[in-house]
Amino acid sequence: MGQTRPPVDYIERTRDQYSALGYPPYTWVDNPENAAFVPLTKPLAVSKLGLIGSGGIYRSGQTAFHFKDDFSYREIDTTLPTDTLRATHFAYDLTAARRDPNVVFPIDTLRRCVAEGLLGALNTTAYAFMGGIYSARKVREILAPAIAQRLLDDEVDVALMVPV
Amino acid sequence: MSMSSAMSITRAANPPRAVYLDYPLGHTAGRADDSAEQMAIMRDTLRAFETISAPGTMVELPYAWSADDAWKDRVMRPRPRSAEDDTSDDHEDDRVERFDTPQYQTQADAAAAADGDCPTCVFLEDAP
Repeated sequence: MGQTRPPVDYIERTRDQYSALGYPPYTWVDNPENAAFVPLTKPLAVSKLGLIGSGGIYRSGQTAFHFKDDFSYREIDTTLPTDTLRATHFAYDLTAARRDPNVVFPIDTLRRCVAEGLLGALNTTAYAFMGGIYSARKVREILAPAIAQRLLDDEVDVALMVPV
Repeated sequence: MSMSSAMSITRAANPPRAVYLDYPLGHTAGRADDSAEQMAIMRDTLRAFETISAPGTMVELPYAWSADDAWKDRVMRPRPRSAEDDTSDDHEDDRVERFDTPQYQTQADAAAAADGDCPTCVFLEDAP
């Protein structure tokens, strides 16, 4: 495929960037223990998938994310037209996401998977937040459990997380 | 399942299942306006749901952003403040300022949300 270089090590580059700017090192979350692994209980073709995206997606009419440890989330109706979706984030180039939100929030792609029978259903609500949250504690103790509970309440069978 | 374009970060976060797409950040599920490739990536992702059998597995997807990987050299490289002296330790911080007010994509979005009434926005409380 013409690849000549290994994957970009963003942990290392962030360390280098912070060091060059004179900041103390950024502390990444490190989870050495594996998460619980739950085998699929039924084929995807009859499963309901929940989409979670951290690319800063909101719908026109909703309050946008701010850039200072915003750990709120947005409910996104997955039946809405894609041109109502917006992207805001401080830490990545938004050009592609604003032209085609599917690059970080594959809503049309998943709708097509349902239409083609690869998936049983797409949960009618997707959950979107902006991943530039410096407090790992707020994510671990508040945001992640809140979204996990929503997915349980929605009775999704599988969850797809799309981070940036 | 987590998609990923940042292998080291996803390894550290350690989700039960992951697929890795070696694209620049901001294209976790494919490139813009290429629904055929987005669909191929999603097919591979869904297949990984069914093939991954051990926690912490990351499947590398067989796509390349461009014929060479030159884009990787430019990612998050701090620019020296002085163009004349690129050996200087004085670097320019070109990161976006951390505004604490909503950052709308368009003025129309800001106007549409101006009344502050957003029942589909969930603002969580931090523990006291």
